[in-house]
Amino acid sequence: MPAINEGLGMLSEQFMLMAGLAYAVAFCAYAWDLVTYSKAAKAGLAAAESGAGMEENKHQLVAAGSAGLGASNAELGLGAGPQDRAVRPSSKTHTSDDGITAGDSMRYGTEKRVVARVAVALTIVAACVHAMAVVFRGMAAGRVPWGNMYEFCTTGGLAVALVFLLVLTRRDLRFLGTFVIGLVLVMLTAASVAFWTPVGHLVPALQSYWLVIHVSIAVLSSALFTLTFAMSVLQLVQARREASIASGKKDKALVMRLVPNALSLENMSYRINGIAFVGWTLTLMFGAIWAEKAWGRFWGWDTKEVWTFVIWVVFASYLHARATRGWTGTRAAWLSIVGYLCVVFNFTIVNVYFSGLHSYAGVGGS
Amino acid sequence: MKEKLVKKSPGAKQEPASADAVLPRLGFVGMLRWAWRQLTSMRNALLLLLLLAVAAVPGSLFPQRSSAASSVTQYLANHPTSGPILDWFKLFDVYSSPWFAAIYLLLFTSLVGCVLPRAKIHFKAMRSAPPRTPKRLSRLAEYGTVEIPAESGISAETAVHDAAAVLKSRGYRVDVRDLDTDRPSVGAEIGFLKEVGNLVFHISILGVLAAVAYSGLAGYSGQRVLVEGETFVNSIVGYDTFTPGAYFNENRLSPYSLQLDKLAVKYDRESPGHYGQPIDFTATLTTKDGAGAAPKSQILKVNDPVSMGGTNVYLVGNGYAPVVTVKDGKGNVAYQGPVVTIPTDGAYTSLLVIKVPDAKPNQLGFVGFFLPTALVDDKGVAYGSDPDPFNPQLNLNAYTGDLGLDNGVPRNVYTLDTAKLKQINGRDMAAGGIVLAPGQSYTLPEGNGTISFDGIKRFAALDIRNDPGQIYVLVFAVLALGGLMGSLFLNRRRVWIRTGSHPDGRTMVEFGLLARGEDHRLAGESRALDKALHTKWLVPLPSAVEDGTQDKSYKKTRKDQSDTETGITMASKDQ
Ligand code: HEM
Repeated sequence: MPAINEGLGMLSEQFMLMAGLAYAVAFCAYAWDLVTYSKAAKAGLAAAESGAGMEENKHQLVAAGSAGLGASNAELGLGAGPQDRAVRPSSKTHTSDDGITAGDSMRYGTEKRVVARVAVALTIVAACVHAMAVVFRGMAAGRVPWGNMYEFCTTGGLAVALVFLLVLTRRDLRFLGTFVIGLVLVMLTAASVAFWTPVGHLVPALQSYWLVIHVSIAVLSSALFTLTFAMSVLQLVQARREASIASGKKDKALVMRLVPNALSLENMSYRINGIAFVGWTLTLMFGAIWAEKAWGRFWGWDTKEVWTFVIWVVFASYLHARATRGWTGTRAAWLSIVGYLCVVFNFTIVNVYFSGLHSYAGVGGS
Repeated sequence: MKEKLVKKSPGAKQEPASADAVLPRLGFVGMLRWAWRQLTSMRNALLLLLLLAVAAVPGSLFPQRSSAASSVTQYLANHPTSGPILDWFKLFDVYSSPWFAAIYLLLFTSLVGCVLPRAKIHFKAMRSAPPRTPKRLSRLAEYGTVEIPAESGISAETAVHDAAAVLKSRGYRVDVRDLDTDRPSVGAEIGFLKEVGNLVFHISILGVLAAVAYSGLAGYSGQRVLVEGETFVNSIVGYDTFTPGAYFNENRLSPYSLQLDKLAVKYDRESPGHYGQPIDFTATLTTKDGAGAAPKSQILKVNDPVSMGGTNVYLVGNGYAPVVTVKDGKGNVAYQGPVVTIPTDGAYTSLLVIKVPDAKPNQLGFVGFFLPTALVDDKGVAYGSDPDPFNPQLNLNAYTGDLGLDNGVPRNVYTLDTAKLKQINGRDMAAGGIVLAPGQSYTLPEGNGTISFDGIKRFAALDIRNDPGQIYVLVFAVLALGGLMGSLFLNRRRVWIRTGSHPDGRTMVEFGLLARGEDHRLAGESRALDKALHTKWLVPLPSAVEDGTQDKSYKKTRKDQSDTETGITMASKDQ
């Protein structure tokens, strides 16, 4: 067992602090992006209503510039939004802009969102510093950096940020920025305030290569669940907004124009949840194999096992809901949210307050 | 596949709509049928799953007998009114309770009722030709055309065969039809494994349940505490506690033996933040496969069991066993040997009980604790400060009287009922408590003899398990995982291609794609098919021709739209 390198441990904590500050700035940038966007959207609407500069607006703000549903639909020669049966979202005539949401493509549009770009750049910087902090922590301890609550939180936060950045390369999910980076900030704060632990060796119960496999997959799946949680919350908000606009009310949450329509949020989170569910199934299975190695039984309804099972069943229900009449849409989103709340509960309350074999304190007793 | 499930659930021949409407006149069989259909409905499966999740929670809120029997006893003692009520509701045995079983049995019944008809339908679908070609392909989710110029000389019939070949090479099952008409077409289908995956997944979940049940019946397990130097022989008497499964018989115990030579424990002495935290437990064993077998030296660690004679031996706990000698009032050795203690904290403050029924004239009992590193606080009370034996100390109270061991009632060796005994030593008594360092001895008051603390050994708590069922659990779990991935990540889709001859000699080809269920890659497949067909007939892709004014942006827009969220297609919307 290599000796603990205290110096490197200190360095790791300094980097963690810097990463936290960088995330905080990135968080502000995402928030600012939303605010400026919402202002611009308002201005765009006003201009469109007065009948002037509509063309210009359209180019400035592809997603929000046109004068609402009527104009864009007339132009496209289509029915209403993609929720209409007659519209084929995949057909070539379909564009992603329906005037009240960012449509369904989640692809990067042509408009430049400078502030959002700055925010993403900051996130990248923060994630790099964060990654170094995590790597230093691992090197300081001479093992994988996920052996106690502090490390689960810091490494988990990094996983969330990296998964977010990774998805950003394929889809424009910058509207999730405040949400996701906000959660990372919460995790880092919780780690350093509530769970802080100096670098140390693993207790014997955790010294196993299954720690590497089981926990890393659990952390990755949780990071994916974090994204879908954010998307499901937005889906609920967007669905209400769509319904209220459809019933002729005024659009109150202009920021939500930046966000895709509820249906595509649902579809995207379904896809991510599918991957995360496979990950969670693996977490469960590897956990059982490890439990067999460590305690001689693969399943014993230990509190941690119970909650891992509960989460698995909730997300299985979510997948079922998506195939059940009357349960898609809002109800499925709620299930996804409940599932994520269980993940958080399992990670915080269960780890800290429930006793069981998985207690991450010392394991002296017989 | 979903609509099949919803609409053609078992008994669907009976016109589901009217059956629901005339519920009162259904009769008994009708009622059963109705109940069965309710049970196997997707909505019900969903509700049962949610119920299962909710039902599992109390098991984490209340201590469970299966894993922490002593905590349950404690809980019952602390909550004399609510405890028995909770107990009546089986909240201390959630996972073996009738109501928990009811939920999962209903769920699995529903699963069978779901899976079997689906398997049948799917089996038929796999063997039947793709459905007939729709009249207007342009109404499908994805649609495209190819124009084969007249000079290429490809007839409509050749073209449809070519198209079939292209589809086949892409893995589709194809069926060429309408060859006798002037609009021949080919229907094709792919992705049957998606549904197979779904079925495999659900059946494997059943398999996991069955294997878990089997593993509970077939295996056996036991515990044994071994002090350094002691030997365990794998026979029923060798165990401290033994839990056989229903199929157990004694011949299954292979008569191996293992001796604990040494238990080495290492604590963190480097990092100030984790000083004294254990970092390694290593037991050295001498094992013999049978009575006459050659001895072998083996290492047993946490997370690293030793396999012997069909069992696995796990190191699940450890602690100190101080060696004591008790001489009775007559000067005879009434007890000698290590005493297994119960560690209670990270500093190994260890509780111990010594029962000396052979002491004469009075039986003797001792209750107290062992401290590996004793310090004394300002009130004069000793406490443990480190798990390593830097300053070991035994603190004991002594009792005399009838220990109650002679009447044959089994007694817990770790507790002593002092109610009927007479205390002769204690901190608050005139005689004081017994405090011993290794090598010291103490003379009991009233001529009751002596007790000496001779040395310290460690003990290992071993779990010994035989579980022939768990390999099946693993097999079914892996099958379930594979099925799940197939079900989630494969796509089932249909393609139709129709050809026809234009009066001017060109051969017109149109194709349409339809997804069944979620399929965000349908547009991509359509593009790939478009390309493959154009290549087949050496027709240049019509970027400049069809899209006219858009040609510059053609590539870009196509790319933009290609991967749009096409998840909801006609197939899935139609439900
Ligand atoms: C032990 C209980 C069950 C578990 C853990 C479970 C789990 C799952 C999971 C994870 C999926 C998603 C994978 C996929 O899309 O194929 C799924 C799909 C499905 N399950 Fe279950 N299931 C259970 C019981 C049932 C029952 C009782 C039914 C019948 C009513 C059922 C019918 C279905 C159907 C039809 C799908 C396909 C959904 C689709 O087409 O997307 N399941 N199940």
